[in-house]
Order: sequence, then structure tokens, then C-alpha cells
Amino acid sequence: MLITGTRKGIGEQLVKHYVTQGFKVLGCSRKNIDYKFENYQHFCLDVSDEVEVKKLFFEIKKSYGRLDYLINNAGIGLANHILLTPCETVQSIMNTNFTGTFLFCREGARLMKRNGFGRIVNLTTVAIPLKLEGEAVYASSKAAITTLTQILGKELAEFGITVNAIGPTPIKTDLIRAIPKDKIGRLIDSLAVKRYGETRDVINVIDFFIKPESDNITGQLIYLGGV
Amino acid sequence: MTERDKILKSIYDAVDEVNEQLPEGQALEKSPDTVLLGESGKLESIDLVNILVATEENVEEAFGVPISITDERAVSEEKSPFTTIEALCNFISNLLIEKSDG
Repeated sequence: MLITGTRKGIGEQLVKHYVTQGFKVLGCSRKNIDYKFENYQHFCLDVSDEVEVKKLFFEIKKSYGRLDYLINNAGIGLANHILLTPCETVQSIMNTNFTGTFLFCREGARLMKRNGFGRIVNLTTVAIPLKLEGEAVYASSKAAITTLTQILGKELAEFGITVNAIGPTPIKTDLIRAIPKDKIGRLIDSLAVKRYGETRDVINVIDFFIKPESDNITGQLIYLGGV
Repeated sequence: MTERDKILKSIYDAVDEVNEQLPEGQALEKSPDTVLLGESGKLESIDLVNILVATEENVEEAFGVPISITDERAVSEEKSPFTTIEALCNFISNLLIEKSDG
């Protein structure tokens, strides 16, 4: 299993969960990590750097010859009004969130295709259907991931690869630290299930998507919190 | 075996893989002149994708370096590096030269 963005937050929790479940887990992030697990191997790279990503998959192919599960978790966000958003920020968010997911889907699918089996899960956000002000760029980058997921679901089905996405509600991670508490409070009030999301909510949906029995489920998106 | 022979073998191995999936009588010939993309090509677009992906893997294994044969010209029939096996071979050869030049 390969998980992106594993230095902290949801990614780190996913590593912990799947290592405990007996998976051989590989992960990556730009900076190094401060934790260790016996069945976990970490790589440092920028997910939007095509050359680095190709190298990573070349290593995976050489060392393991296969990849069964890919979770595209790496993501960055910055809440800002469009009138105050620099173009550089837009490019950076699109690169990490969309280009990174695209590259990992492409390279992951090539490796999965060899065995006629694969499960790809992408991370998106409830900021899309909620049309959250201040999240135009972040939500747009995730909307691109949603469309990518739906189309790849079709393109990769014949190779035994499913591609699905999950849109979590706000989870207490660094990603939402900069967003004012009252804004998050209003957001949570607008949900059917009025609480912060937790990593276990995300794991529950990922576990469902990656089950062998879920081979007839692809191109789907599940939002949490009743959005 | 020359570099060109190694590249051609990588392509032909990919053609073998795809030929196994093609209906009888549709098999691609393993020749530099074989048309992969264009009006006289026999391949469905997904078969071309399969040949290119398998070729990329075979070249990576043969030369021990990751390469990317995806190209923005891929869908442009006139200038595509994927029109024939010969063109694909030349394209990969140039990619390997670019790689070795750093």
C-alpha cells in the first residue's frame, strides 16, 4: 500500500492503522518523518515532481514488483478571498493537490495493471458541495480530483482497478488550523452530523473502498457528515 | 545487442503481449514499418495505450532507468512519435540520450 502525505495528520494516522492491520505500507512527504514502524518505508519527495514520482515507482517496481492500494492523501490548502490570492499560491495548491494526485494515479495504475488488481482512493473535500467562501482555490483543486476520479474509474475499470474518492468533514489537523474557529463552527453547524470529522471516519470509508468485494464500486465519491 | 536492438526487442515484447489479447487475424507484425497510429493502423486506442505502457516498462527493465514515453504530441497523428514502430524506437532512443546527458 502506498499513501501520500504521511508526515503528519490523516496520512500519519493512516500509516499507523494499515501497518497495524498487517499491510506493507510505503509513504511519502516533502520532509522527513519523526516516527517509525517495522512495516513502513518512507520516501522524501514532492508529489508534483514527475521525475521524482517516476523514480519512486521505479523503486517500488524493483523492490516489490507490485502495488495493490494507493491512497492519495497529500494536500495543501490556504483559506483566502480570491481578491487576495496570489497566482503563485494557486499554482502551488493545484500542483500538490491535483498534479500530485494525477501523477500517482497514472504511475500507480501502470503498476497495478500488471496484476489486474488495484484500489485507488483519492481525498477530496466537503468544501466543494458546501461552496465554502475563502476556499475557492482549495475546493477547485479538489473538484478537479473528483472529476479525475470519476473518469479514471471508467478508464481503469478494464484493468481491475477501482478509483474512488472520499470527502471528509473538517478534521483537527494543520490544514484547518489557520481557519477561524467561528467559521469552522458555522461549517459544522451546516452538516447533518454536527461534529468534527475524525481519522476513523476516513479509514472506515477507505476500508470499504479497498475491500476485494468492492470490485463493482468505482468512480464514486462519498462525502462524510451527511453533506 | 546494440541499443537500437534492445529498444526494438522491448517494443516487440510489448507487441507480443498485446497480440495475445487481439482477435485472430488482427495481430500486429513485429517490423519497424508496422503502423501503430494513423489511418492504416489496426489498433484500437486502448491497444496502443497497452503497447506504449508495456514498452515503457520493458525499456525501463532493459536499461535500468525510469523513462516516460508519454508525450504531448501523442495524439497528433502528423507529428506523433508513435506512428510506427520505427518512429517509437527513434523516440525512445532520443529519450535515453537525453537521460544520459543528464
